[in-house]
Amino acid sequence: MRARVLIRPKAGILDPQGEAVQRALPALGFAGVSDVRVGRMVELEVEDPAQLEAMCERLLANPLVEEYEITS
Amino acid sequence: MKFGVLRFPGSCDDVDALQAASRVGEAELIWHAERDLKGADAIVVPGGFSYGDYLRAGAIARFAPAMESVVEFAREGGLVLGICNGFQVLCEARLLPGALLGNANLRFTSRQVRLEVVRADSAFTCACGAGDDGEDAGTDAGGAGGRRASLSIPAKHAWGRYYAQERTLDELEANGQVLLRYAPGENFNGSLRDIAGVRNERGNVFGMMPHPEHAVDELTGGSRDGLAIFESMRMAVEGAAV
Repeated sequence: MRARVLIRPKAGILDPQGEAVQRALPALGFAGVSDVRVGRMVELEVEDPAQLEAMCERLLANPLVEEYEITS
Repeated sequence: MKFGVLRFPGSCDDVDALQAASRVGEAELIWHAERDLKGADAIVVPGGFSYGDYLRAGAIARFAPAMESVVEFAREGGLVLGICNGFQVLCEARLLPGALLGNANLRFTSRQVRLEVVRADSAFTCACGAGDDGEDAGTDAGGAGGRRASLSIPAKHAWGRYYAQERTLDELEANGQVLLRYAPGENFNGSLRDIAGVRNERGNVFGMMPHPEHAVDELTGGSRDGLAIFESMRMAVEGAAV
Protein backbone atom coordinates (compact mmCIF):
# COMPACT_ATOMS: atom_id res chain seq x y z
CA MET A 1 0.00 0.00 0.00
CA ARG A 2 1.02 3.57 -0.54
CA ALA A 3 1.99 5.35 2.67
CA ARG A 4 2.90 8.93 3.30
CA VAL A 5 4.97 10.15 6.20
CA LEU A 6 4.99 13.81 7.21
CA ILE A 7 7.97 14.93 9.26
CA ARG A 8 8.10 18.30 10.93
CA PRO A 9 10.15 20.05 13.62
CA LYS A 10 8.87 19.40 17.12
CA ALA A 11 6.82 22.14 18.67
CA GLY A 12 8.95 24.56 20.58
CA ILE A 13 12.05 24.12 18.47
CA LEU A 14 13.18 27.16 16.52
CA ASP A 15 12.38 26.67 12.82
CA PRO A 16 14.21 29.38 10.82
CA GLN A 17 12.82 28.07 7.53
CA GLY A 18 9.28 28.39 8.86
CA GLU A 19 10.04 31.90 10.06
CA ALA A 20 11.46 32.85 6.67
CA VAL A 21 8.28 31.62 4.95
CA GLN A 22 6.17 33.44 7.50
CA ARG A 23 8.00 36.67 6.67
CA ALA A 24 7.74 36.15 2.94
CA LEU A 25 3.98 35.58 2.72
CA PRO A 26 2.87 39.08 3.84
CA ALA A 27 5.34 40.55 1.36
CA LEU A 28 3.33 38.79 -1.32
CA GLY A 29 0.07 40.18 0.00
CA PHE A 30 -1.10 37.29 2.18
CA ALA A 31 -2.15 38.48 5.62
CA GLY A 32 -3.05 36.65 8.80
CA VAL A 33 -0.41 33.91 8.60
CA SER A 34 1.28 32.68 11.76
CA ASP A 35 3.09 29.67 13.23
CA VAL A 36 4.60 28.34 10.00
CA ARG A 37 6.61 25.10 10.28
CA VAL A 38 8.47 23.59 7.38
CA GLY A 39 9.10 19.86 7.25
CA ARG A 40 9.37 17.14 4.67
CA MET A 41 7.29 14.37 3.25
CA VAL A 42 8.32 10.82 2.36
CA GLU A 43 6.09 8.64 0.22
CA LEU A 44 6.62 4.91 0.04
CA GLU A 45 5.06 1.74 -1.22
CA VAL A 46 5.06 -0.78 1.67
CA GLU A 47 3.94 -4.39 1.97
CA ASP A 48 3.70 -4.23 5.76
CA PRO A 49 2.38 -0.90 7.09
CA ALA A 50 3.04 -2.09 10.63
CA GLN A 51 6.72 -1.47 9.99
CA LEU A 52 6.23 2.20 9.20
CA GLU A 53 6.57 3.38 12.76
CA ALA A 54 9.88 1.57 13.21
CA MET A 55 11.08 3.06 9.92
CA CYS A 56 10.24 6.52 11.21
CA GLU A 57 11.93 5.96 14.57
CA ARG A 58 15.13 4.57 13.04
CA LEU A 59 15.64 6.48 9.83
CA LEU A 60 12.94 8.69 8.39
CA ALA A 61 12.77 11.07 11.36
CA ASN A 62 15.05 12.10 14.18
CA PRO A 63 12.70 11.62 17.15
CA LEU A 64 14.74 13.97 19.32
CA VAL A 65 13.87 17.00 17.24
CA GLU A 66 11.14 15.88 14.83
CA GLU A 67 7.62 14.55 15.06
CA TYR A 68 6.12 12.40 12.36
CA GLU A 69 2.67 11.53 11.12
CA ILE A 70 1.91 8.44 9.07
CA THR A 71 -0.95 8.72 6.62
CA SER A 72 -2.03 6.83 3.58
CA MET B 1 49.82 5.91 17.24
CA LYS B 2 47.42 5.41 14.40
CA PHE B 3 44.37 7.41 13.34
CA GLY B 4 41.67 5.81 11.20
CA VAL B 5 39.80 8.38 9.08
CA LEU B 6 36.45 7.29 7.69
CA ARG B 7 35.41 8.12 4.14
CA PHE B 8 31.78 7.96 3.05
CA PRO B 9 30.53 8.72 -0.45
CA GLY B 10 30.24 12.50 -0.28
CA SER B 11 32.86 13.07 2.42
CA CYS B 12 35.29 15.80 1.39
CA ASP B 13 37.16 16.79 4.53
CA ASP B 14 38.54 13.30 5.02
CA VAL B 15 41.51 14.42 2.90
CA ASP B 16 42.52 17.23 5.26
CA ALA B 17 41.69 15.09 8.29
CA LEU B 18 44.08 12.44 7.00
CA GLN B 19 46.69 15.12 6.36
CA ALA B 20 46.29 16.69 9.80
CA ALA B 21 46.36 13.33 11.59
CA SER B 22 49.50 12.40 9.64
CA ARG B 23 51.30 15.34 11.23
CA VAL B 24 50.71 13.77 14.63
CA GLY B 25 50.83 10.01 14.02
CA GLU B 26 50.12 7.45 11.37
CA ALA B 27 46.83 7.81 9.53
CA GLU B 28 44.86 5.58 7.21
CA LEU B 29 41.58 5.94 5.35
CA ILE B 30 38.71 3.57 6.09
CA TRP B 31 36.09 3.25 3.35
CA HIS B 32 32.48 3.25 4.55
CA ALA B 33 31.83 -0.30 3.37
CA GLU B 34 34.73 -1.77 5.37
CA ARG B 35 34.24 -3.16 8.85
CA ASP B 36 37.94 -3.43 9.58
CA LEU B 37 39.25 -0.39 11.49
CA LYS B 38 42.83 -1.29 10.54
CA GLY B 39 44.19 -1.30 14.08
CA ALA B 40 43.42 2.38 14.57
CA ASP B 41 43.92 3.75 18.09
CA ALA B 42 41.53 6.60 17.36
CA ILE B 43 38.87 7.22 14.74
CA VAL B 44 38.06 10.45 12.94
CA VAL B 45 34.63 10.84 11.35
CA PRO B 46 35.27 13.70 8.93
CA GLY B 47 33.38 16.63 7.51
CA GLY B 48 31.63 16.84 4.17
CA PHE B 49 28.32 15.69 2.79
CA SER B 50 28.13 11.95 3.42
CA TYR B 51 25.45 10.42 1.19
CA GLY B 52 24.67 13.92 -0.01
CA ASP B 53 23.13 14.85 3.36
CA TYR B 54 20.07 13.07 1.96
CA LEU B 55 17.09 12.83 4.34
CA ARG B 56 19.13 14.43 7.17
CA ALA B 57 22.84 15.06 7.47
CA GLY B 58 24.42 11.92 8.88
CA ALA B 59 21.16 9.95 8.93
CA ILE B 60 22.37 7.37 6.44
CA ALA B 61 26.07 7.34 7.34
CA ARG B 62 25.26 6.11 10.83
CA PHE B 63 24.23 2.77 9.32
CA ALA B 64 27.39 2.26 7.24
CA PRO B 65 29.34 -0.93 8.02
CA ALA B 66 32.34 1.14 9.10
CA MET B 67 30.14 3.02 11.57
CA GLU B 68 28.91 -0.25 13.07
CA SER B 69 32.53 -1.03 13.84
CA VAL B 70 33.04 2.49 15.20
CA VAL B 71 30.06 2.12 17.54
CA GLU B 72 31.58 -1.08 18.94
CA PHE B 73 35.01 0.59 19.12
CA ALA B 74 33.46 3.46 21.10
CA ARG B 75 31.64 1.05 23.39
CA GLU B 76 35.01 -0.48 24.26
CA GLY B 77 36.41 2.96 25.09
CA GLY B 78 38.14 3.81 21.82
CA LEU B 79 38.62 7.51 21.00
CA VAL B 80 36.30 8.90 18.34
CA LEU B 81 36.43 12.47 16.97
CA GLY B 82 33.56 13.71 14.81
CA ILE B 83 34.10 16.91 12.82
CA CYS B 84 31.16 18.81 11.31
CA ASN B 85 29.33 16.11 9.29
CA GLY B 86 31.12 13.66 11.57
CA PHE B 87 29.54 15.36 14.58
CA GLN B 88 26.16 15.00 12.85
CA VAL B 89 26.83 11.29 12.22
CA LEU B 90 27.78 10.70 15.87
CA CYS B 91 24.58 12.42 17.08
CA GLU B 92 22.47 10.37 14.66
CA ALA B 93 24.28 7.23 15.85
CA ARG B 94 23.43 8.26 19.44
CA LEU B 95 27.10 8.18 20.42
CA LEU B 96 26.66 11.83 21.39
CA PRO B 97 23.61 13.56 22.87
CA GLY B 98 21.62 16.17 21.00
CA ALA B 99 21.28 17.04 17.34
CA LEU B 100 22.54 19.57 14.81
CA LEU B 101 19.83 21.69 13.23
CA GLY B 102 19.82 24.25 10.43
CA ASN B 103 21.74 27.44 11.09
CA ALA B 104 19.59 30.10 12.68
CA ASN B 105 20.95 32.59 10.15
CA LEU B 106 19.65 30.34 7.30
CA ARG B 107 22.96 30.60 5.49
CA PHE B 108 25.80 28.29 4.68
CA THR B 109 28.51 30.21 6.50
CA SER B 110 32.22 29.75 6.07
CA ARG B 111 34.44 31.80 8.32
CA GLN B 112 37.15 31.69 10.92
CA VAL B 113 35.71 31.43 14.41
CA ARG B 114 37.25 31.86 17.83
CA LEU B 115 36.47 29.05 20.23
CA GLU B 116 36.90 28.99 23.98
CA VAL B 117 38.39 25.84 25.42
CA VAL B 118 35.98 25.24 28.28
CA ARG B 119 37.77 22.14 29.57
CA ALA B 120 41.40 21.20 28.96
CA ASP B 121 41.16 17.97 30.93
CA SER B 122 39.81 15.76 28.17
CA ALA B 123 41.32 13.38 25.63
CA PHE B 124 40.53 15.95 22.92
CA THR B 125 41.66 19.20 24.55
CA CYS B 126 44.53 18.27 26.86
CA ALA B 127 47.04 19.76 24.42
CA CYS B 128 45.08 22.99 24.01
CA GLY B 129 47.44 24.88 26.20
CA ALA B 130 47.15 27.56 28.79
CA GLY B 131 45.25 30.81 28.72
CA ASP B 132 46.89 34.13 27.90
CA ASP B 133 48.08 34.69 31.41
CA GLY B 134 49.76 31.30 31.58
CA GLU B 135 47.13 29.54 33.63
CA ASP B 136 45.66 26.24 32.59
CA ALA B 137 42.33 26.34 30.77
CA GLY B 138 40.98 24.97 33.99
CA THR B 139 38.43 22.47 35.05
CA ASP B 140 35.45 24.66 35.72
CA ALA B 141 33.52 27.17 33.71
CA GLY B 142 34.16 30.70 34.80
CA GLY B 143 36.16 29.67 37.84
CA ALA B 144 38.48 32.00 39.65
CA GLY B 145 41.74 32.43 37.83
CA GLY B 146 42.88 33.09 34.34
CA ARG B 147 41.29 33.34 30.94
CA ARG B 148 40.72 30.17 29.06
CA ALA B 149 42.71 29.13 26.02
CA SER B 150 41.13 29.96 22.70
CA LEU B 151 41.40 28.36 19.30
CA SER B 152 41.05 30.04 15.90
CA ILE B 153 39.45 27.46 13.61
CA PRO B 154 37.49 27.70 10.33
CA ALA B 155 33.83 26.75 10.43
CA LYS B 156 31.83 26.04 7.30
CA HIS B 157 28.35 24.64 7.49
CA ALA B 158 24.65 25.27 6.92
CA TRP B 159 23.42 22.76 9.49
CA GLY B 160 25.39 23.35 12.68
CA ARG B 161 23.04 24.67 15.35
CA TYR B 162 23.56 22.42 18.38
CA TYR B 163 20.32 21.47 20.09
CA ALA B 164 19.47 19.36 23.12
CA GLN B 165 16.65 19.54 25.63
CA GLU B 166 17.14 21.94 28.52
CA ARG B 167 17.65 19.21 31.08
CA THR B 168 20.23 17.54 28.81
CA LEU B 169 22.08 20.84 28.41
CA ASP B 170 22.11 21.28 32.19
CA GLU B 171 23.54 17.78 32.60
CA LEU B 172 26.18 18.36 29.93
CA GLU B 173 27.36 21.50 31.66
CA ALA B 174 27.26 19.99 35.13
CA ASN B 175 29.29 16.97 33.94
CA GLY B 176 31.87 19.10 32.15
CA GLN B 177 30.93 17.59 28.80
CA VAL B 178 30.96 20.93 26.97
CA LEU B 179 34.57 21.20 25.81
CA LEU B 180 34.40 24.05 23.29
CA ARG B 181 32.20 27.12 23.11
CA TYR B 182 31.93 29.83 20.47
CA ALA B 183 33.55 32.97 21.88
CA PRO B 184 31.18 35.95 22.34
CA GLY B 185 29.94 37.14 18.95
CA GLU B 186 31.14 34.06 17.10
CA ASN B 187 28.03 31.89 17.32
CA PHE B 188 26.58 32.40 13.84
CA ASN B 189 24.54 29.20 13.80
CA GLY B 190 22.53 29.73 17.00
CA SER B 191 23.89 26.73 18.91
CA LEU B 192 22.27 26.56 22.32
CA ARG B 193 24.56 27.78 25.12
CA ASP B 194 27.11 28.58 22.39
CA ILE B 195 28.16 24.94 22.35
CA ALA B 196 30.71 24.23 19.60
CA GLY B 197 31.97 20.88 20.83
CA VAL B 198 30.63 18.30 23.24
CA ARG B 199 31.85 14.94 24.54
CA ASN B 200 29.96 11.90 25.73
CA GLU B 201 29.66 11.07 29.40
CA ARG B 202 32.53 8.59 29.31
CA GLY B 203 34.82 11.07 27.60
CA ASN B 204 35.97 8.96 24.66
CA VAL B 205 33.70 10.39 21.97
CA PHE B 206 33.77 14.06 20.96
CA GLY B 207 32.04 16.09 18.28
CA MET B 208 32.77 19.62 17.11
CA MET B 209 31.32 21.66 14.24
CA PRO B 210 34.40 23.76 13.31
CA HIS B 211 37.22 22.11 11.38
CA PRO B 212 40.50 21.59 13.26
CA GLU B 213 41.88 19.65 10.27
CA HIS B 214 41.77 22.89 8.24
CA ALA B 215 43.75 24.84 10.86
CA VAL B 216 47.11 23.10 10.84
CA ASP B 217 48.95 25.71 8.81
CA GLU B 218 48.88 29.48 9.25
CA LEU B 219 48.89 30.18 5.51
CA THR B 220 45.88 28.06 4.65
CA GLY B 221 44.03 27.75 7.94
CA GLY B 222 44.51 31.05 9.69
CA SER B 223 46.28 29.29 12.55
CA ARG B 224 47.81 25.98 13.63
CA ASP B 225 45.37 25.67 16.53
CA GLY B 226 43.59 22.67 14.99
CA LEU B 227 46.66 20.51 15.47
CA ALA B 228 46.09 20.69 19.23
CA ILE B 229 42.96 18.54 18.94
CA PHE B 230 44.86 15.77 17.15
CA GLU B 231 47.83 16.20 19.46
CA SER B 232 45.52 15.82 22.47
CA MET B 233 44.26 12.51 21.10
CA ARG B 234 47.81 11.29 20.58
CA MET B 235 48.68 12.22 24.17
CA ALA B 236 45.58 10.47 25.46
CA VAL B 237 46.30 7.27 23.54
CA GLU B 238 50.00 7.22 24.43
CA GLY B 239 49.29 8.15 28.04
CA ALA B 240 46.84 5.31 28.38
CA ALA B 241 49.32 2.90 26.83
CA VAL B 242 51.96 3.68 29.45
